[in-house]
Formats: sequence, structure tokens, C-alpha cells
Amino acid sequence: MSQDSKTLNAAIAVTRFGMGARPGEIDRVGADPRGWLEAQIRPSGAPVAEGPFPSSDDQVRAYLAYRQVSQDRRIPRREAGAASQPEAPEALEGMAMQGPAEPSPADPRRESRQALTRTANAAFLARARLGATTPDGFAERWALFWANHFTASATKFQSAIFLDAYEREAIRPHVFGRFETLTLAAEQHPAMLLYLDQAQSIGPNSLAGQRRNAGLNENLAREILELHTVGSAAGYSQADVTEFARALTGWSIPAPRDGAGAGPGRGRARVGAVAAGRNGFVYRPAVHEPGARTVLGRPYPETGLGQGEAILKDLANHPETGRRLARKIAVHFVADDPPPGLVTALERAWTTSGGDLAGVARALVAAPEAWGPAPAKIKTPYEFVVSAHRAFGSEPRQPQPLRQALVAMGQVPLSPPSPEGWPDTAADWAGPDALVKRLDWARTAAALVPDVGPSDVALSALGPRLGERTRLAVARAESRPEALTLFLMSPEFQRR
Amino acid sequence: MTRSLDLTRRLLLGASAAGVSLAFAGRAGAQSAAGPRNKLVVVIARGAMDGLSVVVPTNDPDYRPLRAALAIEDSLALSDGFGLHPALAGLHALHGQGQMRFAPAVAIPVRVRSHFDAQDVLENGGEGLRSQTDGWLNRALAATGGLKGLSIGAQTPLILRGASPTSSWSPGGRTGAEDRLASLLQDLYVEDPLLAGNLAAGLQTEAQAMATGGETRLGRNDVAGLGQAVARLMTGPDGADVVALSIDGWDTHVRQVGQLQARLTGLDQVVSGLRTGLGESWSRTVMVIATEFGRTARANGTAGTDHGTGSALLLAGGALKPGGMIGDWPTLAEPRLFEGRDLAPTLDVRSVFKGVLRDHLGVDRAALDDRVFPTSGAEAPTLSGLV
Repeated sequence: MSQDSKTLNAAIAVTRFGMGARPGEIDRVGADPRGWLEAQIRPSGAPVAEGPFPSSDDQVRAYLAYRQVSQDRRIPRREAGAASQPEAPEALEGMAMQGPAEPSPADPRRESRQALTRTANAAFLARARLGATTPDGFAERWALFWANHFTASATKFQSAIFLDAYEREAIRPHVFGRFETLTLAAEQHPAMLLYLDQAQSIGPNSLAGQRRNAGLNENLAREILELHTVGSAAGYSQADVTEFARALTGWSIPAPRDGAGAGPGRGRARVGAVAAGRNGFVYRPAVHEPGARTVLGRPYPETGLGQGEAILKDLANHPETGRRLARKIAVHFVADDPPPGLVTALERAWTTSGGDLAGVARALVAAPEAWGPAPAKIKTPYEFVVSAHRAFGSEPRQPQPLRQALVAMGQVPLSPPSPEGWPDTAADWAGPDALVKRLDWARTAAALVPDVGPSDVALSALGPRLGERTRLAVARAESRPEALTLFLMSPEFQRR
Repeated sequence: MTRSLDLTRRLLLGASAAGVSLAFAGRAGAQSAAGPRNKLVVVIARGAMDGLSVVVPTNDPDYRPLRAALAIEDSLALSDGFGLHPALAGLHALHGQGQMRFAPAVAIPVRVRSHFDAQDVLENGGEGLRSQTDGWLNRALAATGGLKGLSIGAQTPLILRGASPTSSWSPGGRTGAEDRLASLLQDLYVEDPLLAGNLAAGLQTEAQAMATGGETRLGRNDVAGLGQAVARLMTGPDGADVVALSIDGWDTHVRQVGQLQARLTGLDQVVSGLRTGLGESWSRTVMVIATEFGRTARANGTAGTDHGTGSALLLAGGALKPGGMIGDWPTLAEPRLFEGRDLAPTLDVRSVFKGVLRDHLGVDRAALDDRVFPTSGAEAPTLSGLV
């Protein structure tokens, strides 16, 4: 292999598999890009941002305190559904109308709420800084892929406050372990249990269900089947969704009265014995729908918490799950319409390893189809901003400008619009308005960069991927900001 | 729409069947038509809007028992035994003026309860999942030849994706098409048609927004202001004729009442903002408000509802023909519920879309049945009398 093609592979490794090149990084990766990638596949998982940030146990306590404050201040309202503040009225997709409408000032509820949000913003900034500085760009993007696959979203306040802990505790440690383990950790985390309404689902024939008029919520069960594991190709029915939802009843988060034994009054049925798990998960037998269940034709005896777990494990290990995920990985890393050979190789690695994600990651790195020289993917706004920082050797320092930039480009931080997560194709990210907003941001960013040589930046960030047209345009620009803007907006930098 | 125009379109459609691209072949015909063009705004309510709370079946004896605490008790009276959610006061006033109509029980042609699959079908205009990779509104643009399409938000929704070039816009842009950088970037993008075409379209729309609205700085919850800004982009000789707008957040599994209040208030403000902003163009405007599916007829155990089937569709605009309910009411009687849990649809949502496209934008019937909504002729006949 010639020196040039080695460097080209280094440039591909750092941009297509990683988060973009920092100055000198392509040269450092130089001779052994595959070795560089494989060295990041570690049993301990992907790195986490520097903290300290609160654990989900801390956040559960803070959340319960917040709920207490809210309840104390609640004005009785006629509507049954007004029991809590309506969700943020950020009605219009893609608009800069994020965030809940805050109650009036000097409101303890607001203060409590803001404290929870501050942590989330700080943690998001820390994660972006990790992305901008990490030497393990592949592990970082692999982790982001899985965090997006198991989407929990800040569009719901309740889940928003757990998102940082979620990614840190449930996703990153498991992204190079078995998919089954990752799945279980994700589905039992408070972020997911609250985002998909599982924490409040009650078996109608459970002890708690018989005592009050409450019942099943099938949201989590449906999205696990549809999005997280087998997908619609497995041909599950509404009955499968309902059965799975029944099996999952009892999966919840702590309540104020937990641990104090059965208290008086209406809380009694809800409390009962509570089995606590990791990361703030609890299992409430008194809420669990009793009985054997059947999902996708397979019977599951009544084993309490174990029943839902058994179904989840079978779904995680279902052949359709491997098939879906093989394609989704190929789409994310290589092309919107990925080479069939790559998908096959990933599916084979998945199947033969029993869903060992380290093995799947190695298969991705080993596949020749993943190394085609022509970049096909458009960077997401987050990838664009983080890779721009990497190119400049800088890192984001304030949460608000980062947030504003991502909102404008259509990727509100931590707030994918649906449980399907962020979309992943050029058509999603390179629309007319999105490109205008990218250009706006690029101009701002280029004007703020301290004295750097634009041609050097372009060459260092793109290596042999820098085309002649872009090289000339950068060299001939009339000012440094103009040159850097052209570099950031060039096809080579917009794609990976 | 005049007869001669219609004939012109027929000829062009013939040409397209012979392999000539409609997007370009049609341009001359429609663009040269004298006089102001009709406007269409399609609002997609993402997340499955609860039709039973929007168009409330006040006379249906099963409504209250099924809905319990979720039942809307103070709805604003419509015709035919229905009421409108009280947050939709603006739309209700339009109904009083003959400028708002409702279809209480529509659905897409396939029965799925997945948001994403159902949104794809709602927007691709086909009969099933992934049956089309582009959107029906984009194909309708092709069939009209030369009408200008615009979506609001950084991302173009599937309904407007496809071969016909469209633009998109959201508040906050600062760069116009006349900019020196814009032309330098066009040089950089000569071998990347996606980036070249989309950036050019985006900059052109941004320039237009600046020209019509100056420095548009909308407050983050100024939904009415957004409606007015969109309306400005729809006026003038370069104004968009067909607009797609997404409003999300309708997935009300828990504590539905408060969430719906907020979402519907926003929706009502969008409509009133558009109406104000469009001025005299409102008389040539139709708005369609549709969602991917409805929610369960019964309240669930968490003061919300789960994924269902039939939902309501709303039409508004000065170009509407006054009238009552569109389609039939299946009732909420237990045996009439779809799969024992959902409002049963009585009308294919495509029939409404087709009625609007034919009578408002002049899309030819053959194009509607074969291209815009492929093989829909028998299953979803075009509704008459809407416009």
C-alpha cells in the first residue's frame, strides 16, 4: 500500500468512523488506521465525559423533591389531565421554541426545575467537549449511535433530567458488550421508563390495579418491539404488544414512600415490597399484572420481574433484531443506501457472536465496503459542530451558543422528536433551510477562531480527502474568516 | 380554474406519460396563467392527534362512558352533533363563517399503530409502507407544473420530498442569496448537486423572507408570529403556493388533557397567524390539518390514550365551500369500534387530499389516481364539493 493510500485510509478512519480529525491526528493514525480503530473496542465500553455529574440515584431524589414541591403548590384544577404542568409547548418541529414555559419568578417549583435542567445542560456541554477532544473518536461515535438507537428524549421533562445519567450508566459501559445486556440496561433506566411512560403502567388485575382505577400503558412495550429490537418485519400483533406490556408492569422508579415499609392510606398498595435494582430502577410486585404471558408465540410463566426480562432477552436475541441492527449500523457509518455485502457481513458477525457488539464493531472495521474513498454521509449538525471544533483544535465552552446552533440546524440537544431517534440520511440533514443555518453558523465560528492558517487547517482536517477545488477556494479567499467558512461548508467537510 | 387551463394540464400529463418530466414540462402552462394562484397549506400533526378531543362527538351516547375524565365537556358547537375543542376558538369562528369543515373519522389506507410507519404512509400517499420514497405533495407539485413548494423547519418532511424542487425555511437565518459566499459555495458544489441545489433554494427563500419581513425575530413561543411569517413567504410574485408544516407532540399516553390544551392552542394560533398574514390571499387558501392515526376510544390507565386508528381531519380557508361533516360518523358503539378499541374510519384520508388537489390546485384526475396517489382510483375516490 502506498503512503498516500495509507494516509487516505487514516483520513477515512478519523472522519467516517470517528468524530473528525484534530490537528495532526491523521498523521498520528497514519500507518495503521484499522489498528487505531480496533484499539478503541474495549470491554469497558466508551469513555464518559468528565464530571462529576449526578447519578440516576441522585437525580431520582432530586426529581422526587421537585415533585413534592410541585404537589405542594398545585392549584386544584377541574381537568383530570392538569395534574401536572402540560409538556413544553414547543409545538413546531424544528423551531427555536425549545424548553418548557416557565411559571412565574420566585417560584420554588421553577427553581427546582431549573436546577435539574442546569445539570442537563452542563452535562451536554461536557459530552460535546469530550467529542471535540477525545482521541477515541470511533468509540465516541459508536456510543452516540447506541444512545440514539435507544432514544430517550428531553422533549419530556421527566426523562430530560435523567438523560446524562442514562447515557453514562446504561449506554456507554455496554456498547462493546452483548446487545442483550445493553438492551436490559437501557429499558430499565429511569430515563426510558419515564420517557415511554412505563413507570406509571399498572396491571389492571394487580393488587394496585384492583384498588384504584388505573391501568396499562403499552408505550414502552410497543417501542421495544418496533424500534429497539425486532421491528415490524417480525410480524408482531397488537396482542403481542399488550402481552408484553402486561409482563413489563411493575418496572418503575422509586417513590417517596418506598423503603419505609407499607405506609398508611392510599399509598399502601403501591408500596408493598419494592425490589431495587441498579441505576434507580425498582420493581413493584404490587403493580405487576399476574399470570403467564405469550409473546411472538412463545410462552412465559409468571416469574414477576423475570418475566419481562425473559421476553426482552429473547427479543434482543431474535434474528430479526440482528438483521435490523446490521443494516442500521451500515446506514449510519457508511451510506444512506449501504452496500449489501457490508450489511451481510455485519449480520453474520452479529449472529455468530450472539449479539456481541465488540465483534460487530470489528466486523465493521474489517469490511472493505466501509472504506470506499467517496464520502456518502452528510454529517448531522452535532457531528458538524463537533468536527469543526476538532478541526480548529478548540472545544465548545458555553452551553447556550452550542444549543442555539444545534436548534437552528434542526437538532435540538438531547431532544429527538420521537422514540425513533434522530434520522440518519442526507435528506434529513441537508435540506435548504438546514444548509442556510449551517452557513450562518460556519460564518460565526470562522470569525471566532484565533489566528490559524486556513489552508493548514483544511489540510490537517481532511488530509488526502481535501479536493483541489476546495484547496484552491480556501487559498484564494479574500479573508481568513471567508476561507474558513468555505472550508467548513465544503463538500469534503460536510460529508464523511 | 378555467377549462382551458385544465385542458393544458391534460396535454402535459400526456406528455409526461410519454417520458417528459412533468416538473419542467408543466412549468410554462401554470406559471403563465394570469392572476394570483391558489394556496394550499398542509399541517401534519405528528404523534397521533386525538380526534375524539378535537372534533367531539357530543351527541354520541358512548363518548362520555368511554372517555371518562378525558371527555371534553365544554366543546364549541359545530354542525351534525359535534363540538370543537375549546382551545380552537379561532377555528370555531371560521366554521361560523363557512370557512372550516371537519371529517370526524378518517384514516390512512393501512392499519398500523406505529407512528413512523403511519406518518410515512400519510405522507408518501401510497397504499403501504415504503411503497413510495417521495411525498404526495411533491408529486402534486409536479402535476400542477410550476407551483412553488415550501416546508417550514430545518428538515424537509417526507410529504414534500421528491423530484420537484422545493425550499424550506425557519426563523433566524442571516445569509442571503446575493452574498459573495453564496456564489463561492456554488462553485465548490459543482459536483455535489444535493448541496448545490438545496443551498441555492434555501438562500433564495431566506432572501425573500428578509425582503418581506425584514429582520424576523420571533419569540420562542410566538406561534401566531410564525404563522404570519409563513404567510409573508406565500405572498408576492415569488411566494410559495404550497406549504407543509409539522406540529409535533400529540402522543398523549399520559395526562392528555393538559398536553392537548397546549398543542391545540398552538395550532389555533398558527391558523390565525396565517389568516392574518395572508390578507386577501386567504380567500384563495385551503388548509388541511391531518394526523397519522387517532387514539384509542377508551381512556387508558394513565389519564391518556394509546395508539388507535380513526381520527379527525380539519379543513380551513377562505376558498372552502361551506358545509358540514365530511364522511360518515361510525359511532362509538362497542360493536362498531375497530378491533374493539378504536374509532373506525369511514373515509380514506386520500379522498380528502384528492378533492382539495383537484378542485383547488387543478390537479388532473388521472394524475391524482395514478401518480400523486398511485392506484387509488377505486379505493379512494376523489371527494367533490370541498372547494
